[in-house]
Amino acid sequence: MAKAIFRIWRGNADGAEFVDYDTEVSEGMVVLDAVHRIQAEQANDMAVRWNCKAGKCGSCSAEINGQPKLMCMTRLNDLPLDEPVTVEPMRAFPLIKDLVTDVSWNFKVKEKMKPFTPRPPDAEDGTWRMEQEDIDHIQEFRKCIECFLCQDVCHVLREHDLHDEFIGPRFFVYAASLEMHPIDTENRLEELKDSDGIGYCNITKCCTKVCPEHITITDNAIIPLKERVVDQFYDPIKKLFRVFSR
Amino acid sequence: MASYETHEYDVLIIGAGGAGLRAAIEAAAGDLKVGLVCKSLLGKAHTVMAEGGVAAALANVDERDSWRVHFADTMRGGQYLSNARMAELHAQESPDRVRELEAWGALFDRTQEGGILQRNFGGHQYPRLAHVGDRTGLEMIRALQDHGIHQGIEVHMENTVISLLKTGERVSGAFGYEREKGRFKVFSAKAVVLATGGVGKAYKITSNSWEYTGDGHSLAYHAGAELIDMEFVQFHPTGMVWPPSVRGILVTEGVRGEGGILKNSEGKRFMFADIPELYVSQTADNPEEGWRYTQGDRDARRPPELLTRDHVARCIVREVQEGRGSPHGGVFLDIAWIQEKISNAPEHIRRKLPSMYHQFKELADIDITQEPMEVGPTTHYIMGGIRVDADSQMTAVPGLFAAGECAAGLHGANRLGGNSLSDLLVFGKRAGEYAAQFAEENKAVSLDETEIDAIAEYTLKPFENPADNGSGEQMGPYDIQAQLQEKMQELVGIARSQGSLTQALEDVQNLREQAENVHAIGNREYNSGWHTALDLDCLLTVSEAIALAALERKASIGAHSRDDYPEKEEPGAGKYNTIVKKAPDGTMEIRRQPVDELRSDLQEIIDEIG
Repeated sequence: MAKAIFRIWRGNADGAEFVDYDTEVSEGMVVLDAVHRIQAEQANDMAVRWNCKAGKCGSCSAEINGQPKLMCMTRLNDLPLDEPVTVEPMRAFPLIKDLVTDVSWNFKVKEKMKPFTPRPPDAEDGTWRMEQEDIDHIQEFRKCIECFLCQDVCHVLREHDLHDEFIGPRFFVYAASLEMHPIDTENRLEELKDSDGIGYCNITKCCTKVCPEHITITDNAIIPLKERVVDQFYDPIKKLFRVFSR
Repeated sequence: MASYETHEYDVLIIGAGGAGLRAAIEAAAGDLKVGLVCKSLLGKAHTVMAEGGVAAALANVDERDSWRVHFADTMRGGQYLSNARMAELHAQESPDRVRELEAWGALFDRTQEGGILQRNFGGHQYPRLAHVGDRTGLEMIRALQDHGIHQGIEVHMENTVISLLKTGERVSGAFGYEREKGRFKVFSAKAVVLATGGVGKAYKITSNSWEYTGDGHSLAYHAGAELIDMEFVQFHPTGMVWPPSVRGILVTEGVRGEGGILKNSEGKRFMFADIPELYVSQTADNPEEGWRYTQGDRDARRPPELLTRDHVARCIVREVQEGRGSPHGGVFLDIAWIQEKISNAPEHIRRKLPSMYHQFKELADIDITQEPMEVGPTTHYIMGGIRVDADSQMTAVPGLFAAGECAAGLHGANRLGGNSLSDLLVFGKRAGEYAAQFAEENKAVSLDETEIDAIAEYTLKPFENPADNGSGEQMGPYDIQAQLQEKMQELVGIARSQGSLTQALEDVQNLREQAENVHAIGNREYNSGWHTALDLDCLLTVSEAIALAALERKASIGAHSRDDYPEKEEPGAGKYNTIVKKAPDGTMEIRRQPVDELRSDLQEIIDEIG
């Protein structure tokens, strides 16, 4: 059986470093398998988050050879194994231990956003009528598995650390799924402009590139939201119209 | 008493999958203080893996459907060992529970008329599963999560409960640790709801993640509650088999619902050769009729690939054992063949089964629109679990409730696909509602401090145990877990016998001795080895219960197959449930409980619908 070296980030907030582990690899293995094998055989106390192992839960986010990826969906076949494979935690969030970071900020951000607020039901049984073609694009947003890789790669969070002023791609996708929901009645544009900091996004599309669910974050969620914000707050004609229609 | 971080709640929910979230939302509907504890981050529970859909007789696609037909289908699927009252409530209430999700933001696929679309699934007579492509579970858990976070529920993520606390006969809280630093937390509560999911990690090949170590089953058992029908473990017929690292990952039944067929190495659709008596009149007898059924022809009968999961799994095992398997020990599941029937087949498949397409493309280099998949059975779900009152979901322990996979009664000897998601909505809500009612009607009780200190000591024992006890055979936590999984897979899997089960009970006992002395390296900070060591007791408890119940049931019915007792019923035994309970001396005892006679109006439904 072939061997490979995995260079894994070990330690906590007080100090951490790369440690090399030599382990056996076999056909079809993904990075998470190698990490598990190392954990079971050489480093029982190594911290790693995972659940479904099928790209559906978004728990095992990490940076593999510097690329933000899900460990369970990164096949060893696709990596050069003649050199060490580096596995690091996401860098945009505080380290807890080894490959596990504190992502609680994301959960707090979502809690602050205005929840889904439907119009009264269309039918007596409490349901609504929606055309499939009107919800296709929202179903795309709702594919999100909350792996937070888009947050990890976004320079506004990663390099500029603007966690207090900017909610990040994940929550623009979430906002888009609510704003464009055919039966939602809430308006979130003022928050998007102000506290959510959508203006900080300069559409470099890094988030779209790393999304394991292939959600076209920038084009389908962020840009349309930016347009809505512009329409509501900056369009001079509409502004004039609003003044006169008061 | 040492000082512990303590949280006081009216209702404490343990587990944050669909059942736990639904229970928490319901319990928090009044002005009670509700706490929710989960082993992982919010929204990562196994519900997220559910693919096919949620069963509810909405009758949006076929107006002949009704709760009565859903009830009859569930009872037949469970081989009439289900709790009929639970099956009745489930069939009656699931439509409202599904509609309610839409009010909380869920977006199911639509019918032409703009209503919720429903699809065919094994054992359901009419198209009944509301769905979102093949990621229904994600949609459900996200809708519940996003609604739940605005209901004032306090969430403790990445916290594991080690023991329930009792004061006298009543449950009074729980003791656990948080993963990040390994600090202990004490939760006091007037009522506790267990919603911890399944036991898949007791087996080697499973669709379940690390979390599913039977915590709720074990916590309830040690607290004095009863476990019922633990021998019924569902081996989902279609898990991935290749490459080895993905073995066990689920391939949704939706593939067969959309027209996918099972073939052996000779290219034969072997399912046509073995259709059980109970289902002959409902099953297609030729491929053409089966295809028409999957495409919505109301006069066609379902193809044999959509027979119940227990039966399909057994047929696959037989093909493999008799030398007609695929190269990697499974059989072929082919959806690509539908290009003979529809013009834009690849696009159609990608649209109907997007996550299956990606799963095979990315993990196995297989394009399912062009070539068949290789599949085989994987441990997926346990029908057995904590015995509860049908209406309130309360266990034998006052104040202790259970819902979802860890509770039992609805599914009998075999669960129909889609009935788990509806189960957790219907009974999650009921558990939350009745737990809240219990909390309102009963005062808080004070916790027993010496008991808490003893649990804390037990929790730290893996660090105290010597790293080398001189036996030369000492195993680490991962080794013990792996060996248990090997034994359960081999001895308590799809085919069982007196010999294999007796051996399994002996092996479990030996592994328990190893587990008691297991050593954990490192410190308390996010230490997976320590966590694995602590999960062992739960895994061993449920493994023993499964093997003991399997030994007791001397018949082959539903998901339980005995090589030495191939008949469906034991002569003269009648219909019964097996019940496991902790005896006063600490050993596990088992007894049989005859199944109650059906209420006459429910019997009429079955007589009429079949």
